Amino acid sequence: MHELSIAASIVDAVTESASVYPGAHVKEVRLRVGALASVVEDSLQFCWELATEGTPLAGAALVINKLPVIVHCDSCGVDAEIEGVQSFRCPRCGEPAADLRQGRELEIESIELEEPEPKELEIGAPNPVEEQL
Amino acid sequence: MTTRIVELRRGILKKNDELAAGLRDRFTTAGVLVLNLVSSPGTGKTSFLERTLRELGARGVRAAALVGDLETDNDARRLASSGAPVRQINTHGICHLDAEMLGRHLETWEGVSLEGLNYLFIENVGNLVCPSSYDLGERIRVVLLSVTEGEDKPLKYPGLFNSADAAVITKIDLAVPCSFDRELALKNINEIRPGIRIFETSAKTGAGMDEWLAYLAELAQPS
Repeated sequence: MHELSIAASIVDAVTESASVYPGAHVKEVRLRVGALASVVEDSLQFCWELATEGTPLAGAALVINKLPVIVHCDSCGVDAEIEGVQSFRCPRCGEPAADLRQGRELEIESIELEEPEPKELEIGAPNPVEEQL
Repeated sequence: MTTRIVELRRGILKKNDELAAGLRDRFTTAGVLVLNLVSSPGTGKTSFLERTLRELGARGVRAAALVGDLETDNDARRLASSGAPVRQINTHGICHLDAEMLGRHLETWEGVSLEGLNYLFIENVGNLVCPSSYDLGERIRVVLLSVTEGEDKPLKYPGLFNSADAAVITKIDLAVPCSFDRELALKNINEIRPGIRIFETSAKTGAGMDEWLAYLAELAQPS
């Protein structure tokens, strides 16, 4: 049940990154999660709702892009995707393959922001977009 | 409204990873070899570690242990009977140790300096899922599996078994009454982590401890 800690870490990271865009609303957060990352998707979705409740991220969708395991086979000299996570062998030659090239990722890939048009900003409020211009 | 996609490409546990990298540097500079012991609850991590600390102590090797647990300091008290410095980390409900907890307890560990140690063992919270994501700055991650747990544990918890550098089978004195299928267990470990070093031990009888201690000595050799 470390999904709650992970959800809280995502909230912190996204809040920090989104703060560069004042007035923007986070609509979606996209993750890259390897098959060996020990993260249960349903549990993370559930914890995401809990962790975002009452924060500016409330209602933002969490999209989890799952990545299969890729191993490097020394015999074949190539990287190959393995099916499932029950046997770490090269799918071409069947030799054991310990050299992992993908599968442990636990990353925030991107965030989708909705930003107000300049005219939608409250009159009199500082407009960071114009100030930058 | 306009939509903007911002590429982040950042690790979710980046803060932990950065703290762990700092710890790893400190351990390397201090010349202490750090091992992170991970298993289910009840595998016998504490008994195995207690025996390890005792045997190392008897050989004049300086070792210490940090012990993670949800509650109670029972394990720390058991380990302290070995004579080695031991410190408890209570996580109060958190299912794993992280680099911040570890750093904080190292900072405030009176009478123990990393420079004075050959080995530091970290006994993680009993859990085969969550600890796999949290780097503690260790050099060697050891996964333990007891003969009472079933030979398919590696297949059920591939994330952790695949991340380990060594595997220890514990309680082999109970292998016969438990109808433990040794060949199957070894095969399953190797399917998930091909080529991993495997030790078959009993903290009770001392079986396999010589091989384990020889491995520790080998790790300490300058590469």
